[in-house]
Order: sequence, then C-alpha cells, then structure tokens
Amino acid sequence: MTSFLIRRVGQAALVMVLVSAAAFLLFNYVGDPVNNLVGQEASFEDRQALRDRLGLNDSAPVQFIRFMGNALTGDFGISYRMQRPVSDLVAERLPATVELVLASALFSLLLGIPMGVYTAIHREGVLSRLVLSVSLIGVSLPTFVIGIGLIYLFSVTLGWLPSFGRGDTVSLGFWTTGLLTAGGLKALVLPAVTLGLFQMTFIQRLVRAEMIEVLGTDYIRTARAMGVPRNRVHYVYALKNTLLPVITVIGLKLGELIAFSIVTETVFQWPGLGLLFIQAVAFADIPIMAAYLVMVALVFVIINLAVDVLYAVVDPRLRTSRGASNE
Amino acid sequence: MMRIFSLVLSLSTVLLFAAPPVNADNVVRWSATGDAITLDPHAQNEGMTLATAQQIYEPLVNRDETMALTPGLALTWGLTDDPTVWEFKLREGVTFHEGQPFTAADVVFSFERALKPASDMKDIIGTVHDVVAVDDFTVRIVTEGPNPILPQQINDIFMMSRGWAEANAVTEPQDVAAGQETYAVRHTNGTGPFVLELREPDVRTILVKNSAWWGLQDENPHNVDRIIFTPVSNAATRVAALLSGELDFVLDTPVQDLARVRRTSGLTVQSTAEVRAIFIGMDTGREELRSSNVKGKNPFADIRVRRAMNMAVDRQAIVKRIMRGMAEPAGMLLSPGIGGYTAEIDALPALDPEAARALLNEAGYPDGFSVTLDCTNDRYMNDEAVCQAVVGMLARIGIKVRLDAKSKTLHFPKIQNEQTDFYLLGWGSGTMDSHYHLDFLAMPDRVWNRTGLHDPDLFAMIDDIATETDFAKRDAMINQAWLRLKAADVYIPLHHQGLAWAMKDRLHLPIQPDNQPQFRLARITD
Repeated sequence: MTSFLIRRVGQAALVMVLVSAAAFLLFNYVGDPVNNLVGQEASFEDRQALRDRLGLNDSAPVQFIRFMGNALTGDFGISYRMQRPVSDLVAERLPATVELVLASALFSLLLGIPMGVYTAIHREGVLSRLVLSVSLIGVSLPTFVIGIGLIYLFSVTLGWLPSFGRGDTVSLGFWTTGLLTAGGLKALVLPAVTLGLFQMTFIQRLVRAEMIEVLGTDYIRTARAMGVPRNRVHYVYALKNTLLPVITVIGLKLGELIAFSIVTETVFQWPGLGLLFIQAVAFADIPIMAAYLVMVALVFVIINLAVDVLYAVVDPRLRTSRGASNE
Repeated sequence: MMRIFSLVLSLSTVLLFAAPPVNADNVVRWSATGDAITLDPHAQNEGMTLATAQQIYEPLVNRDETMALTPGLALTWGLTDDPTVWEFKLREGVTFHEGQPFTAADVVFSFERALKPASDMKDIIGTVHDVVAVDDFTVRIVTEGPNPILPQQINDIFMMSRGWAEANAVTEPQDVAAGQETYAVRHTNGTGPFVLELREPDVRTILVKNSAWWGLQDENPHNVDRIIFTPVSNAATRVAALLSGELDFVLDTPVQDLARVRRTSGLTVQSTAEVRAIFIGMDTGREELRSSNVKGKNPFADIRVRRAMNMAVDRQAIVKRIMRGMAEPAGMLLSPGIGGYTAEIDALPALDPEAARALLNEAGYPDGFSVTLDCTNDRYMNDEAVCQAVVGMLARIGIKVRLDAKSKTLHFPKIQNEQTDFYLLGWGSGTMDSHYHLDFLAMPDRVWNRTGLHDPDLFAMIDDIATETDFAKRDAMINQAWLRLKAADVYIPLHHQGLAWAMKDRLHLPIQPDNQPQFRLARITD
C-alpha cells in the first residue's frame, strides 16, 4: 500500500510540473502585458525597461524555473492588472467560487438523483419523457446562453433576482460569505442554476442508466419474486448499488465545476476565481494565469489521487494486480 | 451547545449586516467593462484608472464637458515674461480628505512624484524641468524650452498630500515590477468632490460626497451623495442590469443595444463624438513587405497605390452599416474638438473604385497584390467588423487582403516591434492639441508610427510647433503640417468614433468626449 501511494504521489507531482511547463509555453502566445501597463505616450525605452524589470525578456525556460522556485515558497508574484499579490487575490476570490460550486453541486444532486430514479422506474411515463427531452436541452445549450436567458427572464422581465454580482456579503475573517444574507442568497440562485444545469442533466442520465441496469439484475428479480414491497426494492436495494459508481463520477465532476465556472462567473460578474482568470487572459496578466492554472491542475490531481487511493482501499484487488504486474 | 452558540452568532451577524441602508440619499450605481487598475494617481495612465482618480483627486487645471480648461486647484495661470516659465495661482482654503491643508509644497511634491521613473505620467509632462513654490499659493513650472501647451498637458496630473504620502511611505508611485502593493493602491487622500469609502478591486468601489469640497460653494453644485461602481465585464449582463433597474448608468453600451435602451421608459442615451479617430497605417519604408506576394519592392512605397486605396474605402458605408451611425466618416487623423481640426482637411477622399483601379494599373499592379491587415478584435468599437469591411472594399480594386484580427495584447506589440505591414489603430488625445497627434503618428522612431514616412521638412515643422509660443503662427504651422501629412496618404483615415452613455433619465450627467464621467457635474432630479 505504501509503495502504491508513493508511486501515485510521484506521478501526481510529475503531472503538476508538466502542467506548469505547458502553461508557460502557452504564455508566449497570450501577448505582451507591457502595453497594458504603460500609457500610450510611453517611449520604446520605457517599455523595454519595464519588460526587463518584469523578466519578460528572459527565455521561457528561465521564466519557468524562476516561477517554480517562487511558487514552491508560496510566492506567486504580483498581478499586473490589479497590482496586488496573487496569493491575496486568490484567497479573496476563492470563497465566491467555492460557494457557487457547492450550491450548484447541491442543486444538481438534489434534483438529478430523484429525477434519474424516477425516469428509470417509470420508463414509459409522460413525465419521464418530458424530463428526458428537457434535459436534452440542458445538455446541448451553451452555458452562456442559459445564463443570459435566465437573466432576461428573472431579472429584466420579472425583476425577481439580481442579474450580476454576489449581493450582500458578510465577512467572517478570512472568508466572505453570501450565504448569510437574503441578498446574497438571491444573487446565488441564477449562477448556481446556470452552472449546475449541465451537471444535473448529466447526473440524471447517469443515475437512470445505472438504475435500469441494476433493475435488470438477478438479485432484484429475486427480491421481487420473494414479494419484497416494490418501494423497498427500488429505493433500498437498487438505489444503493446505483449510487456507488455515481459517487465516483460526482467527485470528479466537482473538480470540473471549479474549473469550468469561468463562463458562469463571466456572465454573472461573479467575483470568483474564474472571472479573475478570464480577465487576466484579456490583460495578459501572467502571474494570475500561472497561479490559476497550477491551482486547477492541483485540484484535479488531488481529486484523482483521492479517488485512486479510495479505490485501492475499497478494492484490494487493485493493489495486488498492480503489484503483480510490476514484478 | 457549541452549535446553538454559533447559530446565534451567525444570526446576529445577519441582522447586523443585513440591515437595509437608509435610502434617502442620491445614489448613482454605475458600471463599465473594467475597473481601475490602481487608485495610485500617478501609477497608470489608463482610461478607467484616471476616470476613478479624478472623482477623488484633482489637477491644477480641470476640463469641462466641452473639454475647455477651467480652474481646478489653480485659480489662474499664465506664461511669465520668460517663455519657459508658467505661473499658477492656487486656490486657498482647500483641504485634503484627511484634513491636511493644500499648499504649494503639495504641488511641488506631486509633480516630482509624477516625474519619478515608476510613474506612468512622466512622458506627458516630459518637458517639465523644475517646479518651484514661490509662496504658499504660487507655483512656477519651468520647462525645457518654451512649452505653449503646458496647461493642456497637466489635466491628468493629480495633487497628493506630501505629508500623507510621507507618512504612508508612498512618495514613489506603485511599481508593477517591484512585486509588492503600496498603501496608495487601495487608499486615497485627495481634495476632490468624493471620498473613498470602500475599495474592493473588480467587485465594488464606493465613493461618498466630500461635504468640504470647494466646488459646493458654486452655483448649482452636484447633488450626488454616493457613487457605487461595479465593473461588469459581460456586455449583455451590463445592459440587462440597466434594463432591470439595478444600474443607473452604463459607460460602454454596445451600439446594437442602444435602440433597445432608448425604447425603454425611464432610460436615456446621450451620445457625442469621442476624441478618437480610427485609421489604417501602411508601412511605406521597407524594401519589401513581409506579407505581400510582391517581391523585391514595396507596393505601399508608391503614392499612387496609397491614393488608390484611400479612394476605394467607402467610409460612409462603414459608418452606416457597421457603426450604426455612432461615428463620423474621417478624412484626417484629428477628431473634431481638438485644436487644429478643420472640416476642409477632414473632407473625405473621393470614393471612386474605377479611378482607383486605373491608378493601380498605372503604378504597375494591374492584378493588384496581396497583403495582411493586422487588426484588433477587443479594443475599438466593432473593430474586427470594420476591418472585414475594408478587406471587401479593397478586394473590389484587386488588392487581396488577408485579415489577421486578434486581441490587443497581441496586436499592439506587433506595431511597437515593427512586425506589421498594414495595421488598424485608433488615436485619442491626452492634451487636446494637434502636436500630440503629429508627434506620435508622423515623427520617425515613435512607438506607434509604423508608416516609415520620410519627410524631413514635415519633421522640422512638427519640432517647431512644440516650442512656438505665438499662437497665431503656431496654428498656421499646425494647419500646414496636417495638409502635408494628408497629402502623403500614408494613412487611410476611417472614422471618428462615437460615444454613447446610457443612463436613467433622472440622472443628468454631461457626456465627456474623453469617455470619463465627472460626477462633480452630475445632478439627480426626482
């Protein structure tokens, strides 16, 4: 088990280094931040001098090694666009993204699982068909279209919910939350639904497929034949086995929500990490982009690592088979 | 027990913070695409940064909504007998937001700070050699050589308190490369009409009325108690928030949404010509263009080719179809409102594709040639669509243009690093004076001039304009310089960009040609 763990952690570290290196190669193509940092009157010499001082004239490998060295000590530098330390900005923006992601994960689970179960049991029902066709729209419409549509309906036409921002927030020391005020909760509804809609339809379809498969297995048929009540068969015996693979997938999807909240945050001006990143791209704010990409990579690596380790804990066959193949 | 305690704690925080604000105030909630980069008034010479700074800080010389100079922290100013020395008489009895009195020492300090290496304002006031306090309320600015337009150049040089800057270790402007944030990035102490109450960069900036501001003594002063600024980067969301009543004023509404805003009751649109001309430059200086199929010579070096291209572009159509009327077709690079503009020079070249084809034929390109046009897609109003239109118009006379539209972070370095043959550019004015345009767009070796124009007589003329203090003579020289530049046809002027502000009709805020709202001129009616 220990050697398995060490091997997996080593692989994770390698992935991190590769992602950072790839990110730095990409930075050669995002353009020149200096033009955004000086007025149009600045002379060629002023621009060159600033480029020198920012280290932008160094080769990509040199910039990369310097970045990794600083990053290991927790120093991501100062944002070009906001002129503040990147670590401060990330700490300030993290709560907004985490609350958005959790709210939309909750939304997609609480609606997705029951809908999946229902459509699996009542396969031919009118309601099931309706849910399935509507969910097809959820999967196929781009997020920004859904977001703008919701804004148009609930903010402009009905005037019920705010169209942008986090509403009123409360500061709890290091964490600012929008969950404790009415305004903050209202502001959370549209972005959370927008971000969670795709995941909800995905979970619903996944649960439905798994459930249908489980319902066809022998032990369910046996239970039915023994006269176990229908509800007990569906919601206790079948659902339990349905949810096992679903939980794994949901774990991975959570990382996806964090990584892909960019579009939703942009549409709703949600002051989270995704918005910070997309604005950094437009400005060629390399320190923010680097920190964000490394952070998202880290989230994925940790989730994958955790899933792998959990699998190994749950299923000892994985450990031994890997051990055997290495011999 | 612990859980109950934390529940009570969180509930009481809710009640404490969620109490609705007393709303008898006149509040302006407004939005634009981006936020100020910093609140340090000398660190960034950028639109939103200056727009924010000027609500809090003040210059010696203000501009009103017609861009005319009006007294700011200086009441009067004039050239002394020595043409290199300007004298400014300061307003007395002005205090900074934190209570420090404003005196000549602060002016000297602020100019010195704005001239420091980390300052982004140093190039605008590059001719300033020395600033001297004669007494507490008289300042003399000494320039290197005569500078007739110094008052025009110092409109964005904001005054800071020397004592405050020293106490907070911000005697130097914020330097991006220094790797740390200084106190002045998020804290302010100006003399201006509004005081900073809250600064959450990219999220919210709240300003409140400065009741001690000198301008409140004037007739009919502003009646804004509170300004809440929220940047909203997505244009559709910004417009939706205005339509739903969550915003009172939107600075940059997309042209295609203006009609919708106009139709909505309670909302209004103000428009004016922005001080910004949009044009295309041609590199005439190279032996051979990088992106052309013509080898061994440069088609742009032949003035007949350049004239033909100017004759092939239908500016009226671009303004009508792509800018939806939010622009004026242009024949020169200087926009109306800037000294030196004349309608005669701004007259459009004749639109005549037939004659243009004949000229190309004469120049030896009967089948035209190919070239790449570099263009932005995120800087000017509908910039990529404008370039696409130009591509189509040039195709009619046989010039095959490949369009390379990209982000400004990629486009502008191409111009600055001499990597473009044919490029779109827009040019506003920091000084409202022709010399600014002529210097940056015609003189050789300037960062933004890739035309390769070689005309020593014109260059000498522009140098003389910089120091000529006889205004009648200077105006004549400016006129000559513009005629000469226009005759060279190294640029294809397209249009003078328009500007539209959308707001509640109960908010009266004069639109500014420099796109920077001045809330000191605002009034809210019931």
